[in-house]
Amino acid sequence: MKKLNPLLIGLSAIMLGVSPWIINAAPYESTMGLVQKIFYFHFPSAILFLVAALICGVASAIFLFGKKASADGWAIAAAELGLVFGTLTLVTGPLWARKAWGVWWVWDPRLTSSLLLWMIFCAYLLLRKYGGPGSDKLGAGMALFGMANVPFIYVSVNVWRTLHPQTSVVPTLPTDMGIPLWFCFAAFTMLFMALLNLRARLEHQRARVEALYLAEDEA
Amino acid sequence: MIASFFRVAWHVMRKDLTVEVRSKEVLLTTLFFAVSVVLVFSFAIVREGRAPDDVAAGILWVAVSFSGTLAMGRTFERERYNDTLRALLLAPADRPAIYAGKLLGLLVLLALVEIVLVPLVGLLFNAPILAFPGRLAALLALGTLGFAAVGTLFAAMLVRVRSRDTLLPVLLYPITIPVMIAGVRGTAALFQATPDLAMAQFWIGLLVFWDAIFITLALWTFEPVMTE
Repeated sequence: MKKLNPLLIGLSAIMLGVSPWIINAAPYESTMGLVQKIFYFHFPSAILFLVAALICGVASAIFLFGKKASADGWAIAAAELGLVFGTLTLVTGPLWARKAWGVWWVWDPRLTSSLLLWMIFCAYLLLRKYGGPGSDKLGAGMALFGMANVPFIYVSVNVWRTLHPQTSVVPTLPTDMGIPLWFCFAAFTMLFMALLNLRARLEHQRARVEALYLAEDEA
Repeated sequence: MIASFFRVAWHVMRKDLTVEVRSKEVLLTTLFFAVSVVLVFSFAIVREGRAPDDVAAGILWVAVSFSGTLAMGRTFERERYNDTLRALLLAPADRPAIYAGKLLGLLVLLALVEIVLVPLVGLLFNAPILAFPGRLAALLALGTLGFAAVGTLFAAMLVRVRSRDTLLPVLLYPITIPVMIAGVRGTAALFQATPDLAMAQFWIGLLVFWDAIFITLALWTFEPVMTE
Protein backbone atom coordinates (compact mmCIF):
# COMPACT_ATOMS: atom_id res chain seq x y z
CA MET A 1 0.00 0.00 0.00
CA LYS A 2 2.76 2.39 1.00
CA LYS A 3 4.64 2.11 -2.29
CA LEU A 4 1.46 2.75 -4.25
CA ASN A 5 0.96 6.24 -2.85
CA PRO A 6 3.67 8.11 -4.83
CA LEU A 7 2.47 6.38 -8.00
CA LEU A 8 -1.17 7.30 -7.36
CA ILE A 9 -0.33 10.88 -6.47
CA GLY A 10 1.98 11.29 -9.46
CA LEU A 11 -0.53 9.85 -11.90
CA SER A 12 -3.46 11.85 -10.57
CA ALA A 13 -1.35 15.03 -10.57
CA ILE A 14 -0.44 14.51 -14.23
CA MET A 15 -4.01 13.61 -15.18
CA LEU A 16 -5.53 16.55 -13.31
CA GLY A 17 -2.92 18.79 -14.93
CA VAL A 18 -3.85 17.53 -18.39
CA SER A 19 -7.59 17.46 -17.72
CA PRO A 20 -8.29 21.13 -18.67
CA TRP A 21 -7.10 20.41 -22.23
CA ILE A 22 -9.15 17.23 -22.46
CA ILE A 23 -12.23 18.96 -21.09
CA ASN A 24 -11.63 21.82 -23.50
CA ALA A 25 -11.48 19.38 -26.40
CA ALA A 26 -14.84 17.83 -25.48
CA PRO A 27 -17.82 19.09 -27.51
CA TYR A 28 -20.17 21.73 -26.16
CA GLU A 29 -23.45 20.47 -24.77
CA SER A 30 -26.23 21.73 -27.06
CA THR A 31 -28.46 23.54 -24.52
CA MET A 32 -26.13 24.40 -21.63
CA GLY A 33 -22.96 25.22 -23.55
CA LEU A 34 -19.77 26.01 -21.69
CA VAL A 35 -21.20 25.72 -18.19
CA GLN A 36 -21.88 22.01 -18.67
CA LYS A 37 -18.13 21.40 -18.51
CA ILE A 38 -18.12 21.82 -14.74
CA PHE A 39 -19.87 18.47 -14.75
CA TYR A 40 -16.51 16.76 -15.43
CA PHE A 41 -15.40 17.78 -11.94
CA HIS A 42 -18.80 17.78 -10.24
CA PHE A 43 -19.66 14.17 -11.01
CA PRO A 44 -16.40 12.58 -9.78
CA SER A 45 -16.41 14.57 -6.55
CA ALA A 46 -20.09 13.77 -5.91
CA ILE A 47 -19.55 10.04 -6.42
CA LEU A 48 -16.45 10.04 -4.20
CA PHE A 49 -18.44 12.01 -1.61
CA LEU A 50 -20.90 9.11 -1.43
CA VAL A 51 -18.09 6.54 -1.58
CA ALA A 52 -16.43 8.27 1.38
CA ALA A 53 -19.68 7.97 3.34
CA LEU A 54 -19.88 4.28 2.52
CA ILE A 55 -16.24 3.65 3.50
CA CYS A 56 -16.74 5.61 6.72
CA GLY A 57 -19.89 3.63 7.55
CA VAL A 58 -18.46 0.21 6.71
CA ALA A 59 -15.20 0.91 8.57
CA SER A 60 -17.22 2.09 11.57
CA ALA A 61 -19.32 -1.08 11.51
CA ILE A 62 -16.15 -3.18 11.44
CA PHE A 63 -14.75 -1.12 14.30
CA LEU A 64 -17.91 -1.47 16.41
CA PHE A 65 -18.88 -5.07 15.74
CA GLY A 66 -15.59 -6.62 14.68
CA LYS A 67 -13.62 -4.90 17.45
CA LYS A 68 -10.84 -3.99 15.01
CA ALA A 69 -9.18 -0.83 16.30
CA SER A 70 -7.44 -0.07 12.99
CA ALA A 71 -10.80 0.30 11.20
CA ASP A 72 -11.35 3.52 13.11
CA GLY A 73 -8.39 5.11 11.34
CA TRP A 74 -9.98 4.35 7.98
CA ALA A 75 -13.29 5.76 9.17
CA ILE A 76 -11.83 9.09 10.22
CA ALA A 77 -9.75 9.32 7.02
CA ALA A 78 -12.84 8.67 4.92
CA ALA A 79 -14.83 11.24 6.88
CA GLU A 80 -12.25 13.96 6.28
CA LEU A 81 -12.14 13.15 2.58
CA GLY A 82 -15.91 13.09 2.51
CA LEU A 83 -15.92 16.64 3.81
CA VAL A 84 -13.39 17.73 1.18
CA PHE A 85 -15.12 16.09 -1.78
CA GLY A 86 -18.54 17.07 -0.42
CA THR A 87 -17.39 20.69 -0.32
CA LEU A 88 -16.19 20.37 -3.92
CA THR A 89 -19.57 18.97 -4.92
CA LEU A 90 -21.49 21.67 -3.10
CA VAL A 91 -19.34 24.41 -4.65
CA THR A 92 -19.37 23.15 -8.23
CA GLY A 93 -23.09 22.31 -8.11
CA PRO A 94 -24.38 25.85 -7.43
CA LEU A 95 -21.91 27.31 -9.96
CA TRP A 96 -23.58 25.16 -12.59
CA ALA A 97 -27.09 25.71 -11.22
CA ARG A 98 -26.72 29.50 -11.40
CA LYS A 99 -26.33 29.23 -15.18
CA ALA A 100 -28.59 26.26 -15.86
CA TRP A 101 -31.49 26.97 -13.49
CA GLY A 102 -30.95 30.68 -12.80
CA VAL A 103 -30.60 30.18 -9.05
CA TRP A 104 -27.70 29.12 -6.85
CA TRP A 105 -29.71 26.70 -4.80
CA VAL A 106 -33.09 24.99 -4.81
CA TRP A 107 -34.48 22.86 -2.02
CA ASP A 108 -34.99 19.69 -3.95
CA PRO A 109 -34.43 16.22 -2.46
CA ARG A 110 -31.00 15.56 -3.89
CA LEU A 111 -29.54 18.93 -3.03
CA THR A 112 -31.08 18.86 0.42
CA SER A 113 -29.87 15.37 1.21
CA SER A 114 -26.37 16.10 -0.10
CA LEU A 115 -26.20 19.12 2.16
CA LEU A 116 -27.42 16.90 5.00
CA LEU A 117 -24.74 14.32 4.37
CA TRP A 118 -22.14 17.09 4.29
CA MET A 119 -23.46 18.33 7.65
CA ILE A 120 -23.30 14.79 9.05
CA PHE A 121 -19.61 14.67 8.09
CA CYS A 122 -19.09 18.04 9.81
CA ALA A 123 -20.85 16.82 12.96
CA TYR A 124 -18.84 13.60 12.92
CA LEU A 125 -15.55 15.48 12.66
CA LEU A 126 -16.60 17.99 15.32
CA LEU A 127 -17.33 15.07 17.61
CA ARG A 128 -14.01 13.40 16.87
CA LYS A 129 -12.15 16.65 17.46
CA TYR A 130 -13.88 17.91 20.57
CA GLY A 131 -15.48 14.77 22.04
CA GLY A 132 -12.36 13.63 23.88
CA PRO A 133 -12.01 10.05 25.11
CA GLY A 134 -14.84 7.71 24.20
CA SER A 135 -15.81 9.67 21.13
CA ASP A 136 -14.48 6.97 18.78
CA LYS A 137 -17.34 4.58 19.51
CA LEU A 138 -19.90 7.33 19.47
CA GLY A 139 -18.49 8.51 16.15
CA ALA A 140 -18.78 5.00 14.76
CA GLY A 141 -22.44 4.86 15.78
CA MET A 142 -23.02 8.24 14.20
CA ALA A 143 -21.31 7.15 10.97
CA LEU A 144 -23.68 4.19 10.65
CA PHE A 145 -26.63 6.57 10.78
CA GLY A 146 -24.92 8.80 8.25
CA MET A 147 -24.45 5.89 5.88
CA ALA A 148 -28.19 5.26 5.98
CA ASN A 149 -28.50 8.57 4.14
CA VAL A 150 -26.49 7.50 1.09
CA PRO A 151 -29.00 5.26 -0.72
CA PHE A 152 -31.59 7.93 0.02
CA ILE A 153 -29.50 10.53 -1.83
CA TYR A 154 -28.80 8.28 -4.78
CA VAL A 155 -32.42 7.20 -5.20
CA SER A 156 -34.03 10.53 -4.40
CA VAL A 157 -33.46 11.96 -7.86
CA ASN A 158 -35.20 9.09 -9.56
CA VAL A 159 -38.07 8.67 -7.10
CA TRP A 160 -39.04 12.29 -6.74
CA ARG A 161 -39.36 14.57 -9.69
CA THR A 162 -36.62 17.09 -9.20
CA LEU A 163 -34.61 19.59 -11.15
CA HIS A 164 -31.38 17.65 -10.76
CA PRO A 165 -30.45 15.52 -13.80
CA GLN A 166 -31.26 11.83 -13.48
CA THR A 167 -28.61 9.24 -12.68
CA SER A 168 -29.26 7.62 -16.06
CA VAL A 169 -27.57 10.60 -17.75
CA VAL A 170 -24.08 9.24 -17.15
CA PRO A 171 -24.21 5.83 -18.90
CA THR A 172 -25.93 7.38 -21.94
CA LEU A 173 -23.33 10.09 -22.54
CA PRO A 174 -21.86 10.26 -26.07
CA THR A 175 -18.32 8.93 -26.25
CA ASP A 176 -16.61 12.28 -26.79
CA MET A 177 -18.14 13.51 -23.51
CA GLY A 178 -17.75 10.14 -21.78
CA ILE A 179 -13.99 9.95 -22.28
CA PRO A 180 -13.17 13.24 -20.49
CA LEU A 181 -15.66 12.33 -17.76
CA TRP A 182 -14.12 8.96 -16.98
CA PHE A 183 -10.64 10.43 -17.38
CA CYS A 184 -11.42 12.98 -14.66
CA PHE A 185 -13.14 10.31 -12.62
CA ALA A 186 -10.03 8.13 -12.70
CA ALA A 187 -7.82 11.07 -11.70
CA PHE A 188 -10.10 12.00 -8.80
CA THR A 189 -10.35 8.37 -7.67
CA MET A 190 -6.59 7.94 -7.59
CA LEU A 191 -6.20 11.17 -5.65
CA PHE A 192 -8.90 9.96 -3.25
CA MET A 193 -7.21 6.58 -2.74
CA ALA A 194 -3.81 8.12 -2.11
CA LEU A 195 -5.17 10.67 0.37
CA LEU A 196 -7.22 7.99 2.12
CA ASN A 197 -4.17 5.79 2.43
CA LEU A 198 -1.98 8.57 3.79
CA ARG A 199 -4.54 9.88 6.24
CA ALA A 200 -5.38 6.43 7.59
CA ARG A 201 -1.68 5.70 8.04
CA LEU A 202 -1.23 8.94 9.93
CA GLU A 203 -4.14 8.01 12.18
CA HIS A 204 -2.75 4.51 12.79
CA GLN A 205 0.63 5.96 13.71
CA ARG A 206 -1.02 8.45 16.04
CA ALA A 207 -2.92 5.63 17.76
CA ARG A 208 0.31 3.67 18.07
CA VAL A 209 2.18 6.58 19.63
CA GLU A 210 -0.69 7.02 22.07
CA ALA A 211 -0.61 3.33 22.99
CA LEU A 212 3.17 3.56 23.52
CA TYR A 213 2.74 6.58 25.80
CA LEU A 214 0.12 4.73 27.84
CA ALA A 215 2.38 1.67 28.08
CA GLU A 216 5.23 3.94 29.24
CA ASP A 217 3.01 5.46 31.93
CA GLU A 218 2.00 2.08 33.22
CA ALA A 219 5.54 0.71 33.29
CA MET B 1 -36.67 -13.98 25.23
CA ILE B 2 -39.13 -11.53 23.73
CA ALA B 3 -41.10 -11.51 26.97
CA SER B 4 -38.01 -10.72 29.05
CA PHE B 5 -37.09 -7.95 26.61
CA PHE B 6 -40.41 -6.22 27.13
CA ARG B 7 -40.33 -6.85 30.88
CA VAL B 8 -36.92 -5.19 31.22
CA ALA B 9 -37.98 -2.31 28.98
CA TRP B 10 -41.15 -1.88 31.03
CA HIS B 11 -39.21 -1.84 34.32
CA VAL B 12 -36.66 0.70 33.06
CA MET B 13 -39.47 2.90 31.79
CA ARG B 14 -41.35 2.63 35.08
CA LYS B 15 -38.21 3.48 37.04
CA ASP B 16 -37.63 6.59 34.92
CA LEU B 17 -41.23 7.68 35.18
CA THR B 18 -41.33 7.10 38.96
CA VAL B 19 -38.30 9.32 39.40
CA GLU B 20 -39.94 11.84 37.10
CA VAL B 21 -43.29 11.80 38.91
CA ARG B 22 -41.51 12.58 42.18
CA SER B 23 -39.46 15.49 40.91
CA LYS B 24 -41.33 16.55 37.72
CA GLU B 25 -38.07 18.25 36.78
CA VAL B 26 -37.75 17.16 33.16
CA LEU B 27 -41.46 17.44 32.36
CA LEU B 28 -41.90 20.95 33.74
CA THR B 29 -38.69 22.39 32.32
CA THR B 30 -39.27 20.80 28.91
CA LEU B 31 -42.85 21.96 28.80
CA PHE B 32 -41.94 25.51 29.70
CA PHE B 33 -39.13 25.48 27.16
CA ALA B 34 -41.49 24.25 24.43
CA VAL B 35 -43.96 27.04 25.21
CA SER B 36 -41.10 29.57 25.15
CA VAL B 37 -39.98 28.34 21.75
CA VAL B 38 -43.50 28.83 20.37
CA LEU B 39 -43.59 32.33 21.81
CA VAL B 40 -40.17 33.25 20.44
CA PHE B 41 -41.33 32.14 17.01
CA SER B 42 -44.54 34.10 17.33
CA PHE B 43 -42.59 37.25 18.06
CA ALA B 44 -40.27 36.53 15.14
CA ILE B 45 -42.98 36.10 12.48
CA VAL B 46 -46.22 37.72 13.62
CA ARG B 47 -46.82 41.03 11.81
CA GLU B 48 -49.62 43.41 12.80
CA GLY B 49 -51.27 40.85 15.02
CA ARG B 50 -51.47 38.15 12.36
CA ALA B 51 -49.26 35.18 11.65
CA PRO B 52 -48.61 34.31 8.00
CA ASP B 53 -50.41 31.19 6.74
CA ASP B 54 -48.75 27.78 6.79
CA VAL B 55 -46.31 28.42 9.59
CA ALA B 56 -48.06 26.39 12.31
CA ALA B 57 -46.63 23.03 11.16
CA GLY B 58 -43.08 24.34 11.12
CA ILE B 59 -43.36 25.98 14.52
CA LEU B 60 -44.91 22.88 16.04
CA TRP B 61 -42.07 20.66 14.84
CA VAL B 62 -39.33 23.10 15.78
CA ALA B 63 -40.78 23.24 19.29
CA VAL B 64 -41.01 19.43 19.44
CA SER B 65 -37.42 18.92 18.30
CA PHE B 66 -35.90 21.64 20.49
CA SER B 67 -37.72 20.57 23.63
CA GLY B 68 -37.10 16.91 22.81
CA THR B 69 -33.36 17.55 22.73
CA LEU B 70 -33.60 19.21 26.12
CA ALA B 71 -35.52 16.26 27.60
CA MET B 72 -33.23 13.56 26.24
CA GLY B 73 -30.16 15.34 27.51
CA ARG B 74 -31.70 15.51 30.97
CA THR B 75 -32.80 11.88 31.25
CA PHE B 76 -29.23 10.64 30.93
CA GLU B 77 -27.74 13.52 32.86
CA ARG B 78 -29.69 12.25 35.86
CA GLU B 79 -28.15 8.78 35.48
CA ARG B 80 -24.68 10.28 35.22
CA TYR B 81 -25.15 12.61 38.16
CA ASN B 82 -26.29 9.83 40.48
CA ASP B 83 -23.73 7.44 39.03
CA THR B 84 -26.45 4.93 38.29
CA LEU B 85 -25.73 4.36 34.61
CA ARG B 86 -23.09 1.77 35.44
CA ALA B 87 -25.53 -0.04 37.72
CA LEU B 88 -28.14 0.01 35.00
CA LEU B 89 -25.68 -1.43 32.47
CA LEU B 90 -24.46 -4.05 34.96
CA ALA B 91 -27.97 -5.36 35.44
CA PRO B 92 -28.32 -8.90 34.03
CA ALA B 93 -30.53 -7.76 31.19
CA ASP B 94 -30.31 -7.22 27.46
CA ARG B 95 -28.72 -3.89 26.64
CA PRO B 96 -31.20 -3.22 23.82
CA ALA B 97 -34.01 -3.72 26.35
CA ILE B 98 -32.50 -1.00 28.56
CA TYR B 99 -32.36 1.26 25.53
CA ALA B 100 -35.99 0.48 24.70
CA GLY B 101 -37.04 1.29 28.27
CA LYS B 102 -35.22 4.61 28.17
CA LEU B 103 -36.82 5.41 24.83
CA LEU B 104 -40.31 4.55 26.09
CA GLY B 105 -39.87 6.78 29.16
CA LEU B 106 -38.79 9.65 26.95
CA LEU B 107 -41.71 9.08 24.58
CA VAL B 108 -44.19 9.28 27.45
CA LEU B 109 -42.68 12.60 28.53
CA LEU B 110 -42.69 14.01 25.01
CA ALA B 111 -46.27 12.86 24.48
CA LEU B 112 -47.28 14.83 27.58
CA VAL B 113 -45.45 17.88 26.24
CA GLU B 114 -47.12 17.54 22.85
CA ILE B 115 -50.57 17.29 24.44
CA VAL B 116 -50.04 20.85 25.66
CA LEU B 117 -48.07 22.05 22.68
CA VAL B 118 -50.46 21.08 19.88
CA PRO B 119 -53.52 22.93 21.23
CA LEU B 120 -51.32 25.93 21.99
CA VAL B 121 -50.05 26.11 18.41
CA GLY B 122 -53.59 25.52 17.13
CA LEU B 123 -54.86 28.37 19.27
CA LEU B 124 -52.11 30.89 18.52
CA PHE B 125 -51.75 30.21 14.79
CA ASN B 126 -55.31 29.22 13.83
CA ALA B 127 -54.28 25.72 12.82
CA PRO B 128 -57.13 23.23 12.27
CA ILE B 129 -55.77 20.66 14.70
CA LEU B 130 -59.10 18.86 15.08
CA ALA B 131 -59.75 18.44 11.37
CA PHE B 132 -57.86 15.14 11.07
CA PRO B 133 -56.93 14.17 14.65
CA GLY B 134 -55.97 10.59 13.75
CA ARG B 135 -53.54 11.53 11.00
CA LEU B 136 -52.06 14.39 13.02
CA ALA B 137 -51.53 12.03 15.97
CA ALA B 138 -49.92 9.46 13.67
CA LEU B 139 -47.54 12.07 12.24
CA LEU B 140 -46.60 13.35 15.68
CA ALA B 141 -46.20 9.88 17.17
CA LEU B 142 -44.08 8.54 14.30
CA GLY B 143 -42.00 11.70 14.01
CA THR B 144 -41.34 11.86 17.73
CA LEU B 145 -40.48 8.16 17.73
CA GLY B 146 -37.87 8.52 15.00
CA PHE B 147 -36.40 11.64 16.58
CA ALA B 148 -36.34 10.16 20.10
CA ALA B 149 -34.95 6.81 18.90
CA VAL B 150 -31.81 8.49 17.58
CA GLY B 151 -31.74 11.00 20.44
CA THR B 152 -31.88 8.36 23.17
CA LEU B 153 -28.99 6.46 21.59
CA PHE B 154 -26.85 9.57 21.14
CA ALA B 155 -27.63 10.93 24.60
CA ALA B 156 -26.63 7.57 26.11
CA MET B 157 -23.40 7.50 24.13
CA LEU B 158 -22.57 11.11 25.00
CA VAL B 159 -22.80 10.51 28.75
CA ARG B 160 -19.12 9.74 28.90
CA VAL B 161 -18.03 12.46 26.50
CA ARG B 162 -16.85 15.96 27.27
CA SER B 163 -19.03 18.90 26.16
CA ARG B 164 -22.03 16.58 25.81
CA ASP B 165 -24.55 19.39 26.05
CA THR B 166 -23.34 21.10 22.90
CA LEU B 167 -22.62 17.91 21.00
CA LEU B 168 -26.07 16.36 21.38
CA PRO B 169 -27.88 18.83 19.11
CA VAL B 170 -24.87 19.04 16.79
CA LEU B 171 -25.03 15.29 16.14
CA LEU B 172 -28.75 14.82 16.41
CA TYR B 173 -30.16 17.43 14.03
CA PRO B 174 -28.33 16.49 10.82
CA ILE B 175 -29.23 12.83 11.30
CA THR B 176 -32.88 13.40 12.13
CA ILE B 177 -33.67 16.07 9.55
CA PRO B 178 -35.32 13.52 7.20
CA VAL B 179 -37.80 12.80 10.02
CA MET B 180 -38.34 16.51 10.60
CA ILE B 181 -38.96 17.12 6.90
CA ALA B 182 -41.53 14.33 6.76
CA GLY B 183 -43.22 15.56 9.93
CA VAL B 184 -43.40 19.20 8.84
CA ARG B 185 -44.53 18.47 5.29
CA GLY B 186 -47.13 15.95 6.44
CA THR B 187 -48.50 18.30 9.08
CA ALA B 188 -48.51 21.21 6.64
CA ALA B 189 -50.52 19.07 4.19
CA LEU B 190 -53.14 18.59 6.93
CA PHE B 191 -53.15 22.23 8.06
CA GLN B 192 -53.42 23.93 4.64
CA ALA B 193 -56.64 25.48 3.45
CA THR B 194 -57.52 22.50 1.26
CA PRO B 195 -56.00 19.54 3.11
CA ASP B 196 -54.05 17.11 0.94
CA LEU B 197 -54.70 13.71 2.50
CA ALA B 198 -52.77 11.69 -0.08
CA MET B 199 -49.71 13.85 0.63
CA ALA B 200 -50.10 13.37 4.40
CA GLN B 201 -50.41 9.64 3.84
CA PHE B 202 -47.22 9.62 1.77
CA TRP B 203 -45.24 11.38 4.50
CA ILE B 204 -46.67 9.04 7.15
CA GLY B 205 -45.40 6.13 5.08
CA LEU B 206 -41.98 7.73 4.78
CA LEU B 207 -41.91 8.27 8.55
CA VAL B 208 -42.59 4.56 9.10
CA PHE B 209 -39.68 3.81 6.77
CA TRP B 210 -37.25 6.12 8.61
CA ASP B 211 -38.45 4.92 12.02
CA ALA B 212 -37.78 1.33 11.04
CA ILE B 213 -34.25 2.23 9.90
CA PHE B 214 -33.44 4.35 12.94
CA ILE B 215 -34.80 1.91 15.53
CA THR B 216 -33.08 -1.07 13.93
CA LEU B 217 -29.77 0.78 13.80
CA ALA B 218 -30.15 2.05 17.35
CA LEU B 219 -31.01 -1.34 18.86
CA TRP B 220 -28.13 -2.80 16.91
CA THR B 221 -25.48 -0.24 17.93
CA PHE B 222 -26.51 0.33 21.56
CA GLU B 223 -24.82 -2.84 22.81
CA PRO B 224 -21.31 -2.36 21.33
CA VAL B 225 -21.32 1.39 21.91
CA MET B 226 -22.18 1.16 25.59
CA THR B 227 -19.57 -1.52 26.26
CA GLU B 228 -16.44 -0.06 27.82
